[in-house]
Amino acid sequence: MSNLFNRDIISIKDLSSGDIDLILSESEKLIDVAEGNRKLNYLSGRILATAFFEPSTRTRLSFETAMHRLGGSVIGFAESKSTSTSKGETLADTIRVLSTYSDAIVIRHPNEGSARLAADYSDKPVINAGDGASQHPTQTLLDLFTIKREFGKLENLKVGIIGDLKYGRTVHSLSYALSMFGIEILLSSPSSLTMPPDVMEYCKTKTKINDVKLDYLIEEADVVYVTRIQKERFPDEEEYQSVSGSYKITRSHLIKAKSHMIIMHPLPRVDEISTDVDNTLHARYFRQSFYGVPVRMAILNIVLGGDVDG
Amino acid sequence: MDNEHFKVTPIKNGTVIDHIPAGNAFRILKIIGIDEDCKSTVSILINVPSRQLGSKDIIKIEDRELDDNELNKIALMASDATINIIRDKNVYEKKKVSLPDELTGIIRCQNTNCISNKKDEKMLPHIIVETRSPLRVKCHYCDRTIINPQDAILF
Ligand SMILES: [Zn+2]
Repeated sequence: MSNLFNRDIISIKDLSSGDIDLILSESEKLIDVAEGNRKLNYLSGRILATAFFEPSTRTRLSFETAMHRLGGSVIGFAESKSTSTSKGETLADTIRVLSTYSDAIVIRHPNEGSARLAADYSDKPVINAGDGASQHPTQTLLDLFTIKREFGKLENLKVGIIGDLKYGRTVHSLSYALSMFGIEILLSSPSSLTMPPDVMEYCKTKTKINDVKLDYLIEEADVVYVTRIQKERFPDEEEYQSVSGSYKITRSHLIKAKSHMIIMHPLPRVDEISTDVDNTLHARYFRQSFYGVPVRMAILNIVLGGDVDG
Repeated sequence: MDNEHFKVTPIKNGTVIDHIPAGNAFRILKIIGIDEDCKSTVSILINVPSRQLGSKDIIKIEDRELDDNELNKIALMASDATINIIRDKNVYEKKKVSLPDELTGIIRCQNTNCISNKKDEKMLPHIIVETRSPLRVKCHYCDRTIINPQDAILF
């Protein structure tokens, strides 16, 4: 049995590169099941609780699809209004109760650290599906899976990350994970939204990571990972418009890109990738979103101790 | 009464905190919650010559034995302090303060959106000591590094 059996998955930093390799290789084997072309009942009779204290439809549905595809069932709630938390129950109490009803808990919560708190109080494994601005490890795993699936490897690749590198939760976890595998990172962001020094420091101990010009990044990278720049981060509308406009990816940006370059985005996109990019050979964000299903299937299957081949 | 005697008046029962870096006695009193409401007799010696530290502070608290949670707080400000628990004028127990790997309820996370800062959760902050010198601690819950942890001590 894998050493991830019964483990909580709270932060990407909790996982070794061996753990990640296992999750990615199991995800690969489950793609046809995720597509509905093969049926499996590895988790038949098992119950997953999805505790979403704030709405995140895509993430919740992809976990629920993953559980159903493996023959398991799902209980849960999609926002905290409908739970006893709104009557003043503590998160710890809600989790203690849920853990008696289910075999694993997926939690999404607006406050940082809530997933770790949940794990402290649950005797069943807890999977973090996003806690405030902090961690969202399954997003990072599906990002890695997308890269591995598209290139057949993780080695000798350059990944460029564009957008809000300061507050963007996914880019911090992704940078940690990429550097664990020695993948070179190129960064391009508005000067007020650069990568925090502690993330830079960590990554520099494991790989090459550098701030570069946007054009250079698009020319050099094998993967261009685009994130949203949020309006709330700017003092006024005008500044937001000018900054976000200069980080918008359009078809004309891609002329000098490598032919095999892929564009990823955690979605939902607003207007940081123009729709005329969708039909290019570079666009991979919808495929990436689908990969969330096999990756979450693999995670649930491993954590819950369903069948794992070889 | 000679001077020497006055300086080192032994206490019958209680706690003596020795080897506090000079100038820190008052902050330590604050950390361990000794204020004007305290009923114990407390003597404070400041700038006592010390071979080890050059000069040091000493605190003597009568009729009160500090528990480990209080001692942990002292380690945050005076990592070399020694604690003597006195019973019947004898040193009943002598211990070094030492910062444990984790501390509950002593240092607050500075991230206002951290679950540990939400009143409704009725929970205590919990931090993990990453390095001792320089002191570097992070929140167990949100994983953020706590800048200047001495300033985040809960009094
Ligand atoms: Zn915190």
